[in-house]
Amino acid sequence: MALQHVDAVVIGSGAGGGIVAKELAAAGMSVMLLERGRWLSPYECAKDDLRNQRTSVLGASFGPEDEGNPRVKVNRDGSEEIVHPSRGAYHNNAMCVGGGTASYGAMAWRFMAQDFRMRSIYGAVEGSTLEDWPIGYDDLEPYYEKAEYELGVSGDVEPDPFKAPRRKPLPMPPLAPNLEYRILKPAALRLGLHPFDIPMLRNSVPYDGRGVCMRCRWCVGFACEVNAKNGTQNTVIPKALATGRCELRTRAVAKEILLTAQGKVRGVAYIDESDRLQEQTADLVVVSCGAIESARLLLNSKSRLFPRGIGNNYDWVGRNLQGHTYTGANGLLPFDCYDDVGPGAGIAICDYAHGNPGLVGGGMLCNEFIRLPYQYLGRMPPWVPAWGKEHKDFVRKWYRRTINVQGPVQELPVFDSRVQVDPKVKDRWGIPVARLSGYKHRHTLEIADFLSRRAEEWVKEAGAIRTWRRVPNDDLSAGQHQAGTCRMGDDPKTSVVDRYCRVHDVENLYVVDASVHVTNGAFNPVLTIMAIAYWASAHILRTRS
Amino acid sequence: MKRSSYLDRRGFLAVSGAAGSLACSKAGRRWRFFTDQEAATAAALCDQIIPPDEDPGAAQTGAVEFLDRQLKGHYRHWQQAYREGLREIDQAARAKFGKPFASLGAAEQLELVREREKTPFFRLITDHTMQSFYGDPRHGGNRDFASWRMLGIAHPPVRGRQQYDLRRPK
Repeated sequence: MALQHVDAVVIGSGAGGGIVAKELAAAGMSVMLLERGRWLSPYECAKDDLRNQRTSVLGASFGPEDEGNPRVKVNRDGSEEIVHPSRGAYHNNAMCVGGGTASYGAMAWRFMAQDFRMRSIYGAVEGSTLEDWPIGYDDLEPYYEKAEYELGVSGDVEPDPFKAPRRKPLPMPPLAPNLEYRILKPAALRLGLHPFDIPMLRNSVPYDGRGVCMRCRWCVGFACEVNAKNGTQNTVIPKALATGRCELRTRAVAKEILLTAQGKVRGVAYIDESDRLQEQTADLVVVSCGAIESARLLLNSKSRLFPRGIGNNYDWVGRNLQGHTYTGANGLLPFDCYDDVGPGAGIAICDYAHGNPGLVGGGMLCNEFIRLPYQYLGRMPPWVPAWGKEHKDFVRKWYRRTINVQGPVQELPVFDSRVQVDPKVKDRWGIPVARLSGYKHRHTLEIADFLSRRAEEWVKEAGAIRTWRRVPNDDLSAGQHQAGTCRMGDDPKTSVVDRYCRVHDVENLYVVDASVHVTNGAFNPVLTIMAIAYWASAHILRTRS
Repeated sequence: MKRSSYLDRRGFLAVSGAAGSLACSKAGRRWRFFTDQEAATAAALCDQIIPPDEDPGAAQTGAVEFLDRQLKGHYRHWQQAYREGLREIDQAARAKFGKPFASLGAAEQLELVREREKTPFFRLITDHTMQSFYGDPRHGGNRDFASWRMLGIAHPPVRGRQQYDLRRPK
């Protein structure tokens, strides 16, 4: 049975898709929002240290299931393996209503003005496709503001002298500082740094009908059971549905974007919850599946006009896959610094995000999210044995006395770090799966080394009597901060979408998620995804009227 | 030196009960995956990884129950690794000391474990034992919030202030 034609179909209900669906529906368009995962109930907000979005040793609780959703990972030595969602090499984000925003840590960073002009500021870098964005911070500023106010952001960025200009302050004050914050702040000031309160999509006061953070340990990687963490699933998506013009269809797996003979998109083929193939026709299609799955969907949409996948005639779809290279330092304090008060992360500095001599960019540094005991074991110092009495003694003695500062390095994009579709392996519906390969640029690791030393200085100043640094390897980066695979640009030969996220040469197909990021900033990317979603939505509505 | 804690207290009672029930019907069996001998070997290994001291060790807090449950669930693709790994160390114990691994003194057990600490199986069971001890009690380990008590953090978990009943919907 043919489904009723709609004005727009949006594929993926995460940070990008949720906002586009709401913007278009609120403006009067009929919208079909397709989500391959489910809408999680309060029961599923289990506080489970071993089965959540960050620690998935017993399963990826925010989807997808391990069965039937493989990817292929090509290792640095050329060997290949099939990986499942609960493994790190899968580079999973989440597949559920809200996408990653249902379980994220919810840092709500604006990129800095320099982050959009990396090539102009730092020049060409060998082995990297480093480039400027076709748009600048000023273009996105009103949309950053809109995201902050519509979804709700707390924090205080006023003391950050490096931030780009903003018209309005954040809508909510920061949460009260935890113990770690109170130790790190004076230490940063003594070092001449400029600490401030991390902006967070988290309610510090009642906001838009939802309550306040209850400061529990199970924050990043979990759904918030008091709805104080603001994702698309509890803000814009309910508003989209309330218009009466948006339908959300869950467990709907997009298979292929459908094209007319003239090269216009006419809809999407998807598999419904009963494993039936459906065709949803629409005037326009918005792809918001995350950097890996959006690229996969485009590459799987082959036609006479686009034999290598839609938008891929110049071989840029899936290229420049990037994320963030986390780096930092830990220190042991002679006194307690951990008070088990969530969300944990609260204080940051941007002193090293740009302007570091000899380096292309840099990174923000902050304290880490809340500390689950099993996660803590992943950060043990190199001198402690991996098991036995000494291991247990160390954990018991230092768990509450370990301080951690870390941050995301802005990565140098690499053309050969990429998403392809695998020629052999298919998922449970017979759709070719994502094949991931590549590596980090050498300079990304040099920046990581620099930044970890700055983090070490900070924890030492805070009183650490012994420290150790976190040293990343050169393996492919993507994960929750995955970006870059459908680059935004003015030239169709070196990018996939235009400045409004419209696929070059296809007038009614958009990609709206971190895929379009030319570079990924030195910050958690979600607020930028949201701002771009508002920016692209405004363009869609402008051109339609 | 103290013998393997597995033969102390609650663990001993539990396993001797399981051994005694071998003659009984299958429904009375304690383990989903392990044989009793494997369970005894695993318990001794887990207690080498997280030994009991002033705080409980891994076996006493349900590590073997955790492993047994996961090996029939999310960790089923490691069944063979466990069968082989546990048999190998037990055979080595019999060859070197003339006794099953679980019956050796702690020093003898430690010697055998040290020889194997770089092996894939030992790394695997180490990680899984850590999950059991430091993870959520709902999976069979960290019984009575033992590790959370040890670290001085909130137990049981703070629950939300929603109007929902968080039990599984019927």
